Formats: sequence, structure tokens, C-alpha cells
Amino acid sequence: MYRDAILKKFDPRLDNILFILHELQDNNPQHYLANADIEKCADYLNIPYSYVHGVVTFYSMFSLKPRGRYIIRLCDSPPCHLMGSESLLDYLKKKLKVDVGKTTADGVFTLEITSCLGICGVAPALMMNEEMIGNLTPERVDTVLEERRQTS
Amino acid sequence: MNIVRNHVLISIDAGTLMSGARAVEDALVKEIVKQGLDKEVSVLETGSIGITGRGVILVVYPEGIYYADVTPDDVPELVEEHLLKGRPLTRLILTETPKRTIITKEKTGLLKEQPRIVLKNCGFIDPENIDEYIAAGGYEGIAKVLQTMTSEDVVAEIKSSGLLGRGGAGFPTGMKWDFAIKTPGDEKFVICNADEGEPGTFKDRLILEGDPHKLIEGMLIAGYAIHGTRGFVYIRGEYSLSIERIEKAILDARAYGLLGKNILESNFSFDIVVMKGAGAYVCGEETALIESLEGKRGHPRNKPPFPINAGLWGKPTLVNNVETLANISEIIRNGAEWYKGYGTEKCSGTKVFTILGHVATPGLVETEMGTTLKDIIFEYGGGIKNGKTFKGALVGGAAGAFLGPDMLNVKMDFVNLKEYSAALGSGAILVMNEDTDMVDMLKSVLHFFKHESCGHCVPCRLGTARLVELIDDIAASKAKKEDIDQLLEITRVMKDSSFCPLGQSVTLPVSSALKYFKNEFMSRVTS
Ligand SMILES: Cc1cc2nc3c(=O)[nH]c(=O)nc-3n(C[C@H](O)[C@H](O)[C@H](O)COP(=O)(O)O)c2cc1C
Ligand code: SF4
Ligand code: FES
Repeated sequence: MYRDAILKKFDPRLDNILFILHELQDNNPQHYLANADIEKCADYLNIPYSYVHGVVTFYSMFSLKPRGRYIIRLCDSPPCHLMGSESLLDYLKKKLKVDVGKTTADGVFTLEITSCLGICGVAPALMMNEEMIGNLTPERVDTVLEERRQTS
Repeated sequence: MNIVRNHVLISIDAGTLMSGARAVEDALVKEIVKQGLDKEVSVLETGSIGITGRGVILVVYPEGIYYADVTPDDVPELVEEHLLKGRPLTRLILTETPKRTIITKEKTGLLKEQPRIVLKNCGFIDPENIDEYIAAGGYEGIAKVLQTMTSEDVVAEIKSSGLLGRGGAGFPTGMKWDFAIKTPGDEKFVICNADEGEPGTFKDRLILEGDPHKLIEGMLIAGYAIHGTRGFVYIRGEYSLSIERIEKAILDARAYGLLGKNILESNFSFDIVVMKGAGAYVCGEETALIESLEGKRGHPRNKPPFPINAGLWGKPTLVNNVETLANISEIIRNGAEWYKGYGTEKCSGTKVFTILGHVATPGLVETEMGTTLKDIIFEYGGGIKNGKTFKGALVGGAAGAFLGPDMLNVKMDFVNLKEYSAALGSGAILVMNEDTDMVDMLKSVLHFFKHESCGHCVPCRLGTARLVELIDDIAASKAKKEDIDQLLEITRVMKDSSFCPLGQSVTLPVSSALKYFKNEFMSRVTS
């Protein structure tokens, strides 16, 4: 099982929990922490399921719901807001036909909003999985979405 | 032997990668080979050079010419014109920014000298090459400390430098180290706070990406000074390139005997590991960060005890910001007196600011403490974009203060800004032009706080929710005048009764927005 292989990379110490959860989520085909992920982690660290669940819900990078192949995290903190993130959010919602926190019908994109990503020099900005994308305009959003759609 | 005639530096950071820096680099290397210039021209990678939003940036030496927005399609022309024929390609030259970079200053001697202490190597050396760091004087600080100084000497030197912590609060670093050295303990830890979540702040990321060894050296010196045994770099989960670079730097430093047992054959042993956050602004608060490091939800702890007495796993723990630690090696190498030659009497040294919003050239600037807001915006930020006028700035991040046009001449340092009920905070300067709706900006700030309140204590959890309701109504012109008073009242209560500084700090943006832009709020409400 791939999950056991992930766990084996880390010592079973509580301070490794965020590393473990990151890896489990990154390797889950639906980019989220499933019950099975949380159970595995709890067993490995010898802590209650509820504890792991509590940690997962605290951090915004973790999700308890299945997500699309590409997770769009649009920043809405003040610098990006000033540079137009709000209208981009409307644009993205319309374009993808989803609300914040939801996944497109074809399972390709999940739309999320996030606090500052530390790339506000190129605001408005978003993260698409591991990639940072800035200087966003509706046209640029179109291109980026189109590229991703084709590769999936 | 080959004599390299030109060096082409390509800036590789999260921003330029986003703009396709790798493709430009590949094209450049290929084209140089194709033109038969590969013996004469070398292409080097470097970290950010402090300019963002201008695509892929190249610098060609010895001329010191900057090119911006370079695409792979431009490369053949650029190589042919500049590198083959020696005629700089004017259409791509970056004209508006050279004041930002000491490199240009050194090469041309034209511009007023700008100190570079923290960013000295950023954009100048290859951050993935430890030898380049060493060649630039790196690890001399730790060598000096190990050979000639006691722990007490180091603490005394840092104290006398007047360095104030750059994580936002401006706490004297030397004093913190002094507490740490005096706290008994068989094990002591040094944590570098690289959680950088204050909106508008990305200086720590660029230090980590551009000069990771400098941080390691700072942590080593801190470790030696406080009799520390282990170090941790807590980096926010989104900063993949920072994590990659610091992890590589740690491996290289270990291989050189600069980390691990008996460093440089001394009695001092110290090692560093990297920890990755998972998205929570409050985890930048030092006790929440420690909880998170221990593998818990990132709720802040009660203070006292302070981390310096009982921190990670209950042991004495020193927490310092990335930029604070990046100052250390230079202070040790050059001495406290030298350091005090920069900045103001009460705030020595430099500050790395991030300038963004409606400015011509957003990015990073290192300048002396006490530089005026006006100079930062107009000299280094290139002024307001598109010929508009300045309306205000949000200084210090979301937990910072709004400033109006009459504050342009304010000197930017920790002590001075406090006198104006503002704060330097993380050094983020969000510039807003005449068209900006200030009510809308405060709304965005308050939504940020609501989203990031960890929910641990009632005043902040309920307070931020109520603030958002009120500001949404005001912004939608559905509120009464009393609602504005209520905004202020709630933040006052939160200031007095919130458990941690997150809830306590909301008062700053709210009261300052109302101080400078009250009319705008009044025009949205009925009396
Ligand atoms: C809500 C909140 C967020 C913070 N975020 C950061 C941060 O991202 N980076 C940082 O260095 N300090 C942050 N701080 C300040 C830290 O608690 C701490 O004071 C700092 O890391 C100490 O380092 P220094 O003495 O070098 O400034 C934050 C504080 C609060 C209350
Ligand atoms: S003030 Fe806010 S962030 Fe701080 S402990 Fe209370 S709820 Fe959490
Ligand atoms: S505010 Fe959006 S990336 Fe910083």
C-alpha cells in the first residue's frame, strides 16, 4: 500500500504529523485526506483519530473533501484585493460554474480562496497546486485554465 | 584558461519561475553555444534581485545592464546584439529601477549609496552554491565567533548593535538572547520563524530563496550564543522553493562540517531541521508556532511563560525572524559600531521593505531604518503607477496601520511610527492611489482577520465576525453612523480581552482608517 510506504519515511513522532499529512494528501488521487488517511496516520503515531482530525481541520492547506486535479487557491488578502482579486473571483466562479470550495463537474478544478501567498509583488495572484501564478487578468486566467484542461 | 568576458545572471525565484525563467535560461544557454560564445560568456543563476512583476529578469555584467520581461523569443536577438556585437538591446532594458540595486550603484558609481546588509548576496550569488556564499565572506562570522569570542561576547555584541527583531514587534534581539543565555537548561532550541503570513510581506521568502546560507550562519551564531543544541526552520507550506533551497543549503553545510558535531573542529555542535507549516496565519505567532511544531493545532499559548523560558517541548527556546537572523553574521563580522552607523539612533541598521499595490515597480527594497515613506515609494517604488496621485498606504500588513498623504514624510522605523500610533510591523507597504475605496480596503482587512482568527478565544472569534457584518453593511451603504462607533468599540474590547496579539491588533487598522479617511466612512452611512 502506498500509504505504508509514505509513513515509513518518517519516524513515528508527533512532530512529524504535518509532514505526514502533507504527503498523504499530495499522494491521494483526489488531493484530500480521506478517512483512510486519517486512520493510518493515527495508528502510525499511536494517537486517537479525533486528534488527527482536529489537526487537519485547523490548517487551511488540508481538505476533508475530495478535490479536483487542480486546486485553484485565489488570494483575497488586502494587496490582492486592491489589485482586483474580487472581480477575478467572480470571473472564475462564472467560468468554472462553481462556488468557492466546490469542484467542477468534470473533476478538473477546485476553487478555493486563501490568505496572502507571499507573492503580492505580482498581485492579484493564485496558486494552482504547487505553482504560483501572478499578474492575473481574465485573459490570463483563460489561458491558464485552457492549458490545464488540455493536459488532463 | 578561458577568460569569461560577460556574465549573464538570471534571477530564479518564485516570481520569475512563474514567468518562464527556466525556458529563457535554456534558450540562452543554447543560443550562446550556437553563436560559439560559450567560452566567453557564462550564465549564472541567482535569487531574486528585488524586482517583481517584470517577468524574467537578466543582468549582464560587466556592464550591469538589466533586462526585464525577457521571453525565449527575445533570446536570439539579445545574444546577437549584446553578447556578440556588444550593443545593449534597448527595447528590453529596465530603465526605471536601477536605484534598487547596489550592483548597479557599484558598477556605475552614479547613484546614492544604498546599504545592503541583509540582501547583500541576493541576486548576486548562486544561492544553491555554498562556495559562492563562502567566497562572498560567508561563514566568516561563525568562524570568528568560534575562534575568538565567548557566548557572552556574542550576546554583548548583538546587544550593543541595537538590532531589533524584524518579525514585527521590534523586540531587542540582544536582550532576548541575554534572557536565553541566562536560562538554565541542558537542551535549548533556536527556531527561525519563516511562517511569513502577514499580507503584503514576502521578504523572508526572498531571503530564503536568495541567500539561504546566511540564515544558517545566523542560526549557528545564535545557537552558539545561547548554548543551543538544535535549530528549526518553520516555513509556511506554500513556500516550496524556499524549502527546497534551505534543505539543500543544510545538506551542503553539513558536508562542509558547518553543521553537526564539533563545528569547524570546535566544541560546538548544532544541527538544523526544516519544518513545514500547513496554512494558518496565527502560526506565525511564536507560541502558536511552537504548538504547531510539536504536532498540534496552532493555538497560541498563555504568556508567561515565554518561549525563552519554556518553549518547544517545555525547553528554553529562542524564536527569531528570518530577517533578524540574516543580520547576525554581518554584525559579527563588521562589529556593532559599524552596524550602528546605519539607521537611526533608536533603530539601527536597515530594513527590508516590500512595496506593492499602485506603485510603478513593486518589489523588495533594503534601506536604512528611518528612510521616509515618501522616499521609499517615490525613489525606490518608482512612484505611483500611471501618473495617479498618492492617497494612502497600509503599512505593516493587515495588522498594520493606514496612513494618509500628510504622513508621507514620516520616518519609517519601529520607534518613530509608534509615536504616530502606527507600526512598522513586517515592513510591508501597500500603496493606494486616488481611486481607491478605503472602506472597501478596510473591509478586506477585516475579512482577513475573520478568516484567520483561530477561534480559541471568544472576544476574537465573535469580535471578528461582528466586525465583518458591520463593515459589509457600511460598504453597502446600509449602515448607520452608530455602526462606525461600534466598529471602534469592538476593536477596543478585543484589544483588552483577546487572548493573543492577533485579536489585539485589529484595533490598529480600524482606528487608523477612521483617523485618516473618516469622511469616506461617513459618506456611506445615514445619521
Ligand atoms: C498573528 C501573528 C503573526 C505573526 N507572524 C509572524 C511571522 O510570520 N513571522 C515572524 O517572524 N513573526 C511573526 N509574528 C511575531 C512572532 O510572534 C515573534 O514575535 C517573532 O517571530 C520574533 O522574532 P524577532 O524577535 O526576530 O522579531 C507574528 C505574531 C502574531 C501575533
Ligand atoms: S485572539 Fe484570535 S487568534 Fe488569538 S487566540 Fe484568540 S481567537 Fe485565536
Ligand atoms: S496579498 Fe495576495 S499574495 Fe500576498
